[in-house]
Amino acid sequence: MISVVARRLIVAVPTLFFMSILTFALVSFVPGDAAVSILGEHATAEQIERLRDQMRLNDPLPVQYWSWLSTLARGSLGTSVLNGEAVTSILNARLPVTLMLVFGTIVVSTLLGVGMGAYSALRGGFQGRVVDILSFFGSAFPTFWIALLLVVIFAAELRLLPPNGYVSPDTSLLGWAASLVLPIAALSIHGLTSKAAQSRDQIKDVLGRDFVRVQVANGFSRRSIFLKHVMRSAAPVIATTVGLVFVGLLSGAVVIEVVFALPGMGQAVVYATMNNDIPVIQGAVVYFTVIVLAVNLAIDLIYAWIDPRVRLS
Amino acid sequence: MTRAVPEPPHNNEMTPEETAVAAEPSLLRSIVGNPLGLVSLLWLVAVLLLAILAPLMAPYSPTKMDFINMFGGPTWSHPFGTDQLGRDILTRLIFGAWPSVQAVLVATAVYVAVGLPLGLAAGYYGGLADLVVSRFSEMLQTLPGLILLLVVLAVFGNNMPLAMLALGLLAAPSLIRVTRAVTLSVREELFISAAKVFGLSDLSILVRHILPRIRSATIVQTALFSGAALMVQSSLAFLGFGPQPPNPTWGGMIGEASRVVLSEPWQIVPAGLVIGITVMALGLIGNAVRDAVSEAWSSSYATLLQRTKGRPKTPRQAGQERTDALIKVRDLTVSIARTRIPIVRSVDFEIAPGEAVGVVGESGCGKSLMSLGLIGVLPPGAALSGGAVYLDGSDLSAMSSDELDRVRGRRIGYVSQDPALALDPMFTVGSQLREAVRRHCGGTRKQNEARSLKLLSLVHLAEPEAVARRYPHELSGGMAQRVCIALALAGDPELLIADEPTTALDVTTQAEILALLRKLKAQNHMAALLVTHDWGVVAELCDRALVMYAGQVVESGPVGELFENPQHPYTAALLAANPHIAVEYGLGSQTTSSGRPQPLPTIPGTVPLPVDWSEGCTFAPRCGHATPSCTAGAVPLIAVGPRHHTRCLHNEDVRPIHLRGSRQGAEGPASEASSIRSSGMPAAVNTH
Repeated sequence: MISVVARRLIVAVPTLFFMSILTFALVSFVPGDAAVSILGEHATAEQIERLRDQMRLNDPLPVQYWSWLSTLARGSLGTSVLNGEAVTSILNARLPVTLMLVFGTIVVSTLLGVGMGAYSALRGGFQGRVVDILSFFGSAFPTFWIALLLVVIFAAELRLLPPNGYVSPDTSLLGWAASLVLPIAALSIHGLTSKAAQSRDQIKDVLGRDFVRVQVANGFSRRSIFLKHVMRSAAPVIATTVGLVFVGLLSGAVVIEVVFALPGMGQAVVYATMNNDIPVIQGAVVYFTVIVLAVNLAIDLIYAWIDPRVRLS
Repeated sequence: MTRAVPEPPHNNEMTPEETAVAAEPSLLRSIVGNPLGLVSLLWLVAVLLLAILAPLMAPYSPTKMDFINMFGGPTWSHPFGTDQLGRDILTRLIFGAWPSVQAVLVATAVYVAVGLPLGLAAGYYGGLADLVVSRFSEMLQTLPGLILLLVVLAVFGNNMPLAMLALGLLAAPSLIRVTRAVTLSVREELFISAAKVFGLSDLSILVRHILPRIRSATIVQTALFSGAALMVQSSLAFLGFGPQPPNPTWGGMIGEASRVVLSEPWQIVPAGLVIGITVMALGLIGNAVRDAVSEAWSSSYATLLQRTKGRPKTPRQAGQERTDALIKVRDLTVSIARTRIPIVRSVDFEIAPGEAVGVVGESGCGKSLMSLGLIGVLPPGAALSGGAVYLDGSDLSAMSSDELDRVRGRRIGYVSQDPALALDPMFTVGSQLREAVRRHCGGTRKQNEARSLKLLSLVHLAEPEAVARRYPHELSGGMAQRVCIALALAGDPELLIADEPTTALDVTTQAEILALLRKLKAQNHMAALLVTHDWGVVAELCDRALVMYAGQVVESGPVGELFENPQHPYTAALLAANPHIAVEYGLGSQTTSSGRPQPLPTIPGTVPLPVDWSEGCTFAPRCGHATPSCTAGAVPLIAVGPRHHTRCLHNEDVRPIHLRGSRQGAEGPASEASSIRSSGMPAAVNTH
């Protein structure tokens, strides 16, 4: 158990380093001058020089990296070149929205996806095919398009939910829930499909194991065989799948935040990218990487908790 | 190698030899041969052509505005309508194809260029290469993809092809994983080692032997990725990256449409459909390739978990033919569900209370399937297609799943071959036993606890409390098999069906388990049906035995009678080929004049596949006594003694092998075997 955590942490540290170096290297490879690309073609030489100094672009690359890293160690990710606000305060303000969106989606898409997968694995035949076909269609359309379709149906036609915008839970709990329904639904429909297919395959695989036949042959209750024994055996791999698609889910969240005008980190990154606000992008990379690593660690712990072979090894 | 067509669960995977022989169908044929694959291919070709030839194909100019015709619906002149500036949507879709095609091509090229060689290297060389590649891809997989692409776009001034290059790189781990796994399995196969012995270079082995074999898996994965790449490109274009307005992109068109989606919902439809259909086409091409090579045999017991109704059967006067038998099997036939080819043919036998009956034969003779068919736990793909199984006069084969549940475990217990697989790895031994006891006896928690511990001591497990707390992976094979037996005994059954209960165990443990079974049989007055290929098990435990060949019972009789006086050449040959018997009778241990050990007598040839089973004697092609009359028509079971039957026309000629030590002469233990053309195929080894 401890070794599981230790191994994940051992991978996590170099990943973070790799990530930060990669981001750094990319920025330094900017053809021409980062300061120019920030200030635009019409900036004066003096302005550019001042920004270069401010951004420490005149230092050698390792020095730049070191200074960035040491400010990071002090809990600072620099300031936005657009408005001088601290990157951490920009991102911290937006973190909760992104986390709500992403974890809401994980819960919804996992429950529905595993349910559909289990149904398809157990039924096979025509009913199983319906699940397959639904999930096939779901995964073929981009998240943002599904989102717009949902907006057309539930906001424009049925007028049940707001088409976009975010309501803080402090303002109105109901409004907050309503503002997250469509974004989570859009992200879930897209993520649902791969989860349904993978749960189905995994459950089918477990259904082919000897112990299932032995339990049926010895008169175990069929409900217990499926819900207790088969699902328990399938759970670790399904949990791992959730971890693997999580990275993709974050990408989806970026787009969905833009579609629904949710003030999350993804929206901030897109805005920063359009405006060449490099410190904010770098900061977001750090935030996103930490989230991914934390989720992976959580999945490992869940895996170990479910599977005694891992837990006791 | 005996090819036991479906005798799951042990034999349902193809052996390496078989996979090696199975050539993959031509790629194009497998796509075109599948209707959806063909349509998908045509769609993709059309998209590609339109992308390249857009200026020639498009009906209008992509930027030609028409302010009278804004947000026009579909008409003859504008099949998909017009957009917010009155531009023709079809035209813009055609011109928007190129950025997408280009993006997918770039991303996919990088994906394959990085993923394929690294996956091959990791799978083929293993060791350090594998470690480095695996760690590298593990790390790449935790990077937040789209954010990194945004970094690239920010840094390199909105350069979409470069972002797609980064996408291919970031996604490569998925191809590395697939390629590595398939390469690893191909590498293990015989012919690659042979290629190495012949001194082929690594490169030529990789290119000529491995690449063709991993083609399908990598193509399926690459097709999936291409679809994903199109989605990513569309997302980025939707967000406003890549070619800028007024130049059309599919994602950008949806982006523009999203601003007016509440009033003009149609605007999002055409581009969305085009993206969706293209992604589906890529996925379907992958499916077509996969379907062409994948195994049709599914191995899931899902059907066993579904509630089924009992089926009304033609009245067979159930219960009218009363004997003292506990279980009476009549005309039991099992077929492959899809092809209706029988794999167990009209088996008849009875088991009296407390009697032990053995079922002997090579792999692929239907022994296991027959025993599974009795209690309705056939693997998927196999189904009871005839006959009846009477337990005290009620027909198990006509029962609903609920009725069967009251029989399974309570009246009939079941022990499978491999104890390591027979227990649920996720629960402790005690928890599984308690569940069985609760189900069958329904007592209080305390009573169930006590009974499950009693069961564990009944199967001679010292320290039952300690064993109950363990998980299956913490047990030795022998202990696990004892637990499995305890599980089967939880409902105090009158009949125990054991499918090769000792095969997966080492010799000492085998003896212990046999002793245990014998004791249980005597103590509990429990009847048993023992499927085995080991005459030692039969001699040790059984009162009577059935010899099965090609799905039929070819001989049945009391065990002593079979050993001393076999009446079917197959029985005699099996006995002669059995190492236990051979050692007992001095076979196989004697040396020839050249000083080498005399080979164990073997049965030439293999069990024919069910499709080739003929009406007449199926053993005839391997039999030294065969005459034309053997294959002329069905051979009936004839009585040759009290409760002794054979399905042989020449049973008089079959000579036993019991003449100890007299094998030097023409008569003797090996005479039966030597009357059969000899080959290097030890029958005893063939069975699992």
